[in-house]
Amino acid sequence: MSWTTSISTKPRRAMNRLRRLLLKTATIGASAALAYAALAPLKVFAALWPAAAFEAKTIEEALKAAGVIDPVTCEGIAIKAPEIAENGAQVPVEITSQLPGTRSIYIFVDKNPQPLAGTFEFREGAEPFVSTRIKMGESSILRVVVNSDGKFCMATREVKVTIGGCGE
Amino acid sequence: MPDPIRMRIKLTDDVADVRVLIGHPMETGLRKDAKTGELVPMHFIETVSATLNGKVVLEAQWSRAIARNPYLQFRIRGAKVNDEIGIAWIDNRGETNSAKATVPPSS
Repeated sequence: MSWTTSISTKPRRAMNRLRRLLLKTATIGASAALAYAALAPLKVFAALWPAAAFEAKTIEEALKAAGVIDPVTCEGIAIKAPEIAENGAQVPVEITSQLPGTRSIYIFVDKNPQPLAGTFEFREGAEPFVSTRIKMGESSILRVVVNSDGKFCMATREVKVTIGGCGE
Repeated sequence: MPDPIRMRIKLTDDVADVRVLIGHPMETGLRKDAKTGELVPMHFIETVSATLNGKVVLEAQWSRAIARNPYLQFRIRGAKVNDEIGIAWIDNRGETNSAKATVPPSS
């Protein structure tokens, strides 16, 4: 899937889908209306899915494509992840940023076929914390980048993987 | 219909701790079907958003490297009892799902 096709087709597809969903749920009442409200901003964000960053094949390219400029290693990013992950298909990762003005957190796995695993953007009200589970193909550096007021800070952890999880 | 979203919210002072489990295969496109030996096509959630009373508080963009049946935990400051927290996702096929829950009193 190229960048251009993903931009041109996806929002339309999403839009149609949302329209159908709205029609379907219109009669159900208030609760459905609220569910739709949560979906409305989603289609805007979906159009912004950074394909180039997610499809980059090396950590250097992925950082660049994600717009991570001159990252410096700094204190204030806590990463909780296992030293040894037995199952690469389910590796728990918890990140807490103490950096003031944290806007977003990026998770990279240096040795994954596509290193960028996900980005998390915090709006007003959200604490600079996130916990999730990722897939790791093999033992690798886990690299977390925090954008705090436009400045990029980085922290790394080494995670050994017993059974890779990319074919999962 | 996509698999359901499960949410668990715990309020401590004014911080709502939200744990979400999303039913989704998160296929990488690299996995072979055990029976046919064919590669299972890519199918993964690309975008997730979380709202507090309809206002977006967290937006996540995901790759295929988020684990199957994704787990997501986040925290919202300034939440009160009965506030409504919503979750919505859209995947690479344009499929979507959403769920909402109200903040329960602190236990």
